[in-house]
Amino acid sequence: MTAVSPALRILPEILLTLTGVLVMVTEPLLSAKTSRKPLGIFALLGTLAAIAASAWQLHLPAGTAFFNTIQTDAFSVFFHLLIGGILLVTLLVSLNYFEGHSTYVGEFYALLLFSAVGMMLMTSAIELLMVFLGLEISSISTYILAGYRKRSAVSAEASIKYFLLGSFATAFFLYGVALCFGATGSTNIHSIATGVASGSSPLLLALALGMMLIGLGFKVSAAPFHVWTPDVYEGAPAPVVGFMSTAPKAAAFAVLLRITYTGFGTMSHIWIPLLWIMAVASMTIGNLGALTQRNVKRMLAYSSIAHAGYLLVAFTAFSADGLAAACFYTAAYAAMNVGAFAIISYLSGYDERRVHLQDYAGLAKRHPLASAAMAIFLLSLIGIPFTAGFFGKFYVFTTAMHSGLWILVTIGLLNSGLAAFYYLRFLSQLYMQPYDAAQDISEAPAQPAFVLGIAILVAAVLVLGIIPNRVLRLAQAGAATYFPCSGTNAAEVHTQPNLLR
Amino acid sequence: MNKPAYMWNYIPLLMQILAAVGLAGFIIAASWFIGRHRNSKVKLAAYECGMVAQGDARGRFSVRFYMVAMLFILFDVEAVFMLPWAVIYRKLPATTGSRFFGFWEMLVYVGFVLVGFFYIWKKGILEWSKDKADL
Repeated sequence: MTAVSPALRILPEILLTLTGVLVMVTEPLLSAKTSRKPLGIFALLGTLAAIAASAWQLHLPAGTAFFNTIQTDAFSVFFHLLIGGILLVTLLVSLNYFEGHSTYVGEFYALLLFSAVGMMLMTSAIELLMVFLGLEISSISTYILAGYRKRSAVSAEASIKYFLLGSFATAFFLYGVALCFGATGSTNIHSIATGVASGSSPLLLALALGMMLIGLGFKVSAAPFHVWTPDVYEGAPAPVVGFMSTAPKAAAFAVLLRITYTGFGTMSHIWIPLLWIMAVASMTIGNLGALTQRNVKRMLAYSSIAHAGYLLVAFTAFSADGLAAACFYTAAYAAMNVGAFAIISYLSGYDERRVHLQDYAGLAKRHPLASAAMAIFLLSLIGIPFTAGFFGKFYVFTTAMHSGLWILVTIGLLNSGLAAFYYLRFLSQLYMQPYDAAQDISEAPAQPAFVLGIAILVAAVLVLGIIPNRVLRLAQAGAATYFPCSGTNAAEVHTQPNLLR
Repeated sequence: MNKPAYMWNYIPLLMQILAAVGLAGFIIAASWFIGRHRNSKVKLAAYECGMVAQGDARGRFSVRFYMVAMLFILFDVEAVFMLPWAVIYRKLPATTGSRFFGFWEMLVYVGFVLVGFFYIWKKGILEWSKDKADL
C-alpha cells in the first residue's frame, strides 16, 4: 500500500489535465480558418486514456494519497469511469456541433476536459477543501460552457444565471465546511466522522450539514434549490446541457454520499428527514413542472429535477443497497439524458431551430433513425422494462422498500406514472403527428462520430437495462467500501441482477 | 478540571464581533441623536468624494478593460501563492519526507502559470490596439 506513488492515484486527472492544456495551447497556434476537429479527436484520445487509467486503478489497493486528501477505491473508480464515459460521448456528439459557427471551438474541448478533471477530483476527494476545489474547477468551466452560443441572448442569460446562483450555492457549501471545521477541528471526512460520533456541538454540526446540503442540492438541482435549471438548460447549447445535466450531478451525488454516509453517518436522524423532503419535493415539482412545458429543453430540465428526486430516494434508504442503487441510477440516468440532448442537438442544430414540441411533429418520417434512438431514450426515461431507466428505478424503489420507506416509494411510483405522460406526448409528436413538409429544414448529414456516440448511448441504455450485472457489481463494490459488513443485504443484492435474465 | 468545550476558543472572536458592531452602532446612533439635521442642496451634494457624476454609469465599456482587470487579478493571486511556499520551503523536506517535493510542486505550478501566459499572449489579449471585433 505504501508502494503506490501518489501520482498514480490521480492518474486519470493528470492525463485529462495534460490533454486539456495541450488542446488549449495548440488552439491559438492554428490559423483561424483551420478546422478544430483534430483537437477534438486528440481530446477523445486523452479521454480514452483517462478511462483506461481509471479502470486500471481498480487493480490498485484502495488507499489515500497527498496527505489524506485523495482516496481511490472502487467507489471513486466507478464515478471516474462514469464521468469519463459521459465526457467521451459528449465529445463524440459535439465534434461537429460548432463547425463553422464559433471561433472558440478549441477552448470548448479544453473546457470540457477541465470540468471533467474537477468532477473526478470531487469523487475521489475525502477532504472537504479538496471537494471545494474540484467543485470550483468543474463549475467555472461549466459556467462558461453554458454561454457558448455567444451571439445568442438566451445563452448569455443561461450563463449569467448559472454563474450567479452557482457561486451563491458554492458559498453555502464553503460556509458549511467552515462550520464543520469549527465543530470538529478538521475538514477530513474521516476525522469529521469521529468528531460527529463523539456527539459534541450537535447544533453546529446540524447547521454545517444543512449548509452543505444546500450547496450540493443546488448542484444536483434538487428542489427547493432547482429554480435555475429550466432557464439554464433552455439557453445552454444542447450538447453542453447533456453533459452538465449528468456529469456534475454524478460528481455532486458522489460527494453527497461521502458526506452523508461517511462523515455524518451517525447523524442520519437529521439528514434522512431532510433528504426525504427534498426527494418528495424534487419528484413532485419536477414532474408537475414538466407537464406544462412546450419547450423540449425546458421539459427535459424539469424531468432532470424529477430524476434527482428518484436518486435522493435511494439516498434516504441509507444502506449498502441504497448506495449501489444510487450509483447505478446515476449511470443509467447519464446514458439516457446525454442521449436525449444529443438527438435534440442534432435535430435542432447550432441555432436551435427545433425547440418546441410542435417542431417535432412527424419527424419520424424524415429522421427514422434519430427518432428511433430518441424513442429508446424517452422510454428509458419513463422506465419501460428492458431499458436502463427501468432497472434503475426498480432497484431504487426496491431498496427504499427494504428500508421501510413505504410512503416515499408510493409517492415515487405515482410520480413515475405522472412522468410517463409528458415523455409519451413527445413520443406521439414524433410518431403520430403528420409531417409538415413546408417546415422542412435541411440538416447536415449525421457525421460518423455522432453516429458512434449515439450508438454507444443506445447500447449503454439497453445493456444497463438487460444485462446490468457488470455495472451493478462495480456499484456494489463501491458500496462495499462504505458498508464492509452488510451481510444481510448482500445476499439479496446478488440475486437481484438475475431477475431480468 | 474539565477541558473546556472546543467552542470556547471562539469566545474572543465573538467579543471582537460584538465590540465592532457595538462601536459602529454607537457612533452612528450618537451622530444621529447629537448632530443637527439641516439638509440643504449644497450639503447633500458630493463633497470631497470625487467628481460630480456625468452621464449614466450603465454605459457599455470595451471588454478589454475587463480582460486586463481579470488578468491582473489572476497573475497577482498566482504570485501571492509563492509567498507561503517560500516561507516554509526549508521545512518541507522534513514534513513531506521527500527532499525535492516542494521544488517539483512549485515547478509544476509555475509551469501552469506559464501555459496560461503563453495562451493569452497567443490569443492577442495583451495587444491593446489590435482591433479584435470578436474579443
